[in-house]
Amino acid sequence: MPEILITLLTITVVVGAIPGVCNYLILLERKLSAWMQDRIGPNRVGPMGLFQPVADGIKLLLKEEVIPSHVDRVLFVLAPAISVFTAMMAFAVVPFGPVNDPAAPSFIRFMIAPNVDIGLVFIFAITSLAVYGIVLGGWASNNKYSALGALRASAQVVSYEIPLGMSVLGIVLLSGSLNLEEIMKQQTDGGIMNWNIWFQPLAALMFFTASLAEANRLPFDLAECEQELIGGWHTEYSALKWALFFLGEYTHMITISFLTSILFFGGWSFPFIATPESVYVGAWLVKVLVLMTKAFLFICVIIMLRWTIPRFRFDQLMELAWKVMIPLSLANLVMVMFCRHFEFSRWWLFAGSLGLFAAWGVISSNLRAAEIQARPGFQAKKVKTV
Amino acid sequence: MTDTKPTKTITWVEEPEIGFWESTFVPAIMKGLKTTLQHVLDRKTVTQQYPEVEPDLPLHYRGVHRLNRDEQDRVKCVACMMCATACPANCITIEAQAAPAEWTDRDKFPKSFVLDELRCIYCGMCEEACPVDAIELTHIYDLTGETRAELMYDREKLLSVYDQTKDNPRDPVRTSRGVLGPSSEFASLPTLGPATGVPNADRSAKAETAGVIRTNGEGPET
Repeated sequence: MPEILITLLTITVVVGAIPGVCNYLILLERKLSAWMQDRIGPNRVGPMGLFQPVADGIKLLLKEEVIPSHVDRVLFVLAPAISVFTAMMAFAVVPFGPVNDPAAPSFIRFMIAPNVDIGLVFIFAITSLAVYGIVLGGWASNNKYSALGALRASAQVVSYEIPLGMSVLGIVLLSGSLNLEEIMKQQTDGGIMNWNIWFQPLAALMFFTASLAEANRLPFDLAECEQELIGGWHTEYSALKWALFFLGEYTHMITISFLTSILFFGGWSFPFIATPESVYVGAWLVKVLVLMTKAFLFICVIIMLRWTIPRFRFDQLMELAWKVMIPLSLANLVMVMFCRHFEFSRWWLFAGSLGLFAAWGVISSNLRAAEIQARPGFQAKKVKTV
Repeated sequence: MTDTKPTKTITWVEEPEIGFWESTFVPAIMKGLKTTLQHVLDRKTVTQQYPEVEPDLPLHYRGVHRLNRDEQDRVKCVACMMCATACPANCITIEAQAAPAEWTDRDKFPKSFVLDELRCIYCGMCEEACPVDAIELTHIYDLTGETRAELMYDREKLLSVYDQTKDNPRDPVRTSRGVLGPSSEFASLPTLGPATGVPNADRSAKAETAGVIRTNGEGPET
């Protein structure tokens, strides 16, 4: 089959599948949150509420498109489009299966754009554009709450870009490539003991945290926090445009989960059932399923986190980025460079990461103590009488 | 009065110091995830499937009103206007009429009794004010209507609510049927402590209930 047809097929499948998957992720989120709170969740449309996403989709399509009179019409319509476009674009270089597996049918490629040597840079460049969707949406809405949400989003995304990018630089140094297929291949070739999580556990934690902040998910959803900002930048949006924002957010979530699985958890590799040596019939399908299961588990963790922990305060959010994660990711990077240059065993990096994690605790507990002591009227452990 | 010592009135408490593990957030998040995961895995649903499963309301639930009937199927109400007076929402409108001569136990009865269910705040004051236990609040909670006029409950509608609920064990007629009400039994009923101070000589000063304010004869004479 000619290359162009395969590309078109992959694009069609991915662009068709993602909105459906996002819809069902919303159902999953509603179900999981309901179970956590001892509720049942949506159960009216179809068995166990399985057709709820369809009903929601129809509702959002048929709803009246309200464009308030006080908005900047061009930017108002453009913002959700940017949101979805950037989220979808980022997915273009994410492999979602065993790329170049000879056993797989030749017309399936598991990646929209293969052999992009700047894969990781491309993803970060595109996903950081997603903040334009939020900022423009907030600005065009011409509404105080939206503007506040957009301001918060821009500050937050700019801060978290840095630890996000720097935490994966260690992996780039270790594998010597920015190409996601190459990074995945190196891990799958070596089996479970070659997964990057063993050498970069702290980076994995920071990458996951920072990408939550990038995707504006709780505990970092200060841009849209419903309680204070009534939805923040999407206050004025309704119907399909609102749905597009959420499509963007959930696509972002999928990308994050795939990236975490690929960068740190060995991609499609899993001991015994999915190794480069496994040659049984349908091995390529098992590999796809392994990768998707890993990504699904991360999505579940993201959803669980949302309904478990409260939102950060804005100064805590900034403190976490600038005082903790940026210095630590720098130190982690220096550590990897050191290890690579003197050709130490990679396992030293595991110990080093634990040491850095301890440093994180010491730094932030001291910071907090200093902040409390600096408060006006601070008196150490004394009962004041009036 | 110069040597008054300062008394402890305000206690300042500094927030507890944050330790190593707490400041990394990780153990706290794990603990939280453990709690939520336990709820996911061990599901005990507390919500009810409302239209299929009717809620089990507490016995003192205050829903739609009813007008009770006496043993001769007459409306118990004697049109004394106590409920309309007590009502904080002003939702009761009563028009009284002289009772027929053969009704020896009362002077008046309501010619019309209109209760605006939309305006009502379901506080139960009418029920408390009624001297003859004629108006009561039932367990009917799913009050719906398509127009406002539909929810202006008149005498017949309120009586029909009685017919509908009198045999429901959750809505017992709270006084003995047939008897007009406790107002006629006033002298034999145990007294309740009034909300205002009463002189010792008053009957209610000897009430068994808590909170009787006795003024030791200094209060207003009765």
